[in-house]
Formats: sequence, C-alpha cells, structure tokens
Amino acid sequence: MAGNGEEPRYFLIWFILFVLTMAEVGYAFLALPQWLLATGLILMALWKALLVAIYYMHLKWEPKRLWILAASPLPLAVILVIAVLTEF
Amino acid sequence: MSQPAASTADRHPMPGMMVYNVKLGMWIFLLSEVMFFTALIGSYIILRFAHPDHFAEPGAVLNVPLTAFNTFVLICSSVSMVKAYAAITQGDQKGLKFWLLVTILLGTFFVGVQVYEYIILAQEGFVPMAELYGVAHEIEGAALYGATFYTMTGFHGTHVTIGILCMWFVLYRAWQGKYSANNYGGVEIMGLYWHFVDLVWIILFTIVYLI
Repeated sequence: MAGNGEEPRYFLIWFILFVLTMAEVGYAFLALPQWLLATGLILMALWKALLVAIYYMHLKWEPKRLWILAASPLPLAVILVIAVLTEF
Repeated sequence: MSQPAASTADRHPMPGMMVYNVKLGMWIFLLSEVMFFTALIGSYIILRFAHPDHFAEPGAVLNVPLTAFNTFVLICSSVSMVKAYAAITQGDQKGLKFWLLVTILLGTFFVGVQVYEYIILAQEGFVPMAELYGVAHEIEGAALYGATFYTMTGFHGTHVTIGILCMWFVLYRAWQGKYSANNYGGVEIMGLYWHFVDLVWIILFTIVYLI
C-alpha cells in the first residue's frame, strides 16, 4: 500500500484517465494541422501512461532505483526507432 | 520511504534493489515488453511516414467511438485490479476475490469487443492483406495498413488474453486463501502486468486510432 500514510486516489486517477480519453477523441477530430493534432494526442497519451505507471503501478512509492530501472528502456527505445529510420 | 510490498513474508529483497525478487523479475520482464512494443509501434510510425497514402484518416475505417469505449473498459479494469491489490494489503479476502473477478470480466469484455471489431472489419473486407479493400476506399496499398493494424492490436489482445488466464490462476489461489496482508506478492505482480497492458493500449489507441 502507499507509504507515508498517503492513500492513493485510485478513483480520482480513473476519472482523470476517463476525461483525458474523452478529450483525446474530441481533439482528434478538430480541424487543426496534422503536426498539432499528433503532438497534442501524444502528449495526452503520455500523460495517461504516466498516471498509470505512477499511481496504479505504484512507482510513486517505489525506491528511486526502480524508477531508474523502469526508465532504462526509454533511451533504448528511441535509439531503436532512430536506427530503423536511418536504415529505411 | 516505505515500500508497497517489500514486506511479503516469503520473499526477500534483492541486495541493492530494495524490492523483492519476483517483483524485480516482473519489472525486468515488462521492460523487455517495452522494447517489444517499441519495435511494433516504431515500425508502424516509420511505415506511416514513408507511405502516408497507405493509411486511412482517423475514423474512416476503424470504429473510434467503439474503441474509445473499449479503452474506457480497460481503464476500469485497471482500477478494479488496483482495488484487488489494495484489498489484500488490508487483509480483505472477500474484496480481493470480488475485484479480481471484476477485472477478469472487464478484461474478457475488452477482448470480446476486439474480436467483434475484427469480425466487422473482416466482413467489410479489411483483412491483413486487403489490397481490394484499399481500392474500394481509395486507400492506396491498404495491405500495409491492415498488416500493421492487426499485428499491433493482435499482439496486444494476446497479452490481455494471457493476463486473463493468469488472473484466473490468481483468483483460484485467492480462493484457496494463499494471499494475506503479509503475503500478496502474486497479486502485486499480476497487477503490474495488467497495468502495463493497459498502459500499452493507451499508447496504441492514440497512435493507431486517433492519429
């Protein structure tokens, strides 16, 4: 369970995820330039993903070392995509 | 800093990591899964950049409202999973079983909707190698679109299905009274996997359905 006497607000996070999902669907069909649509949608998706990782996967209450471990594949993922892009 | 489940009775923290071994193992497995889905999503992005005409506009082929609802169902299943975890950390056996069952039902519903979506798309002619479908819908080379769509969503659906099967096993053990307020590692690592699958879908839904 969450440490330091702090009770995680699971249903509040659920509500934020719900609102963000609805916002994403609404935003996706706005008459905006493609790059602006893509940037906004990816930012909202990353926000949702972070909420899930931090609160539902309890990263917030984990040791910093696990944070570092959890973040370790992210630069590797970027390298993978860039490497494939350059080969294409 | 206190740790959510380092106190499980039958597991010991790995020296230096401050989390028990099974949990560390699950995290490392999930990190390998990050690379797996990065390969799929990265390939999709690269192919889409290279051949923008081969992919349909959002909502033109795929049913966005239905999938948005399905995304909401998967998010709800994450809440029920974390409630199952919260219940057992308090020693609430009844709550653990109830929320695990809710998670299983929501996960099964999610997979059911995905299968329904596949059936509808297949009936419309949108299958992995659907060149003719592309001609009918003015999508040049729709085979690329179909192949990438079914590969990504199919692998995710497989992960959800495996998660549901594993959760039946966790529920079975819960029914046997194997978990307690001092021993809930199995529930926690099941939860980590389930939330990861939810997290991947959040990204996939945006990339595949909305952009």
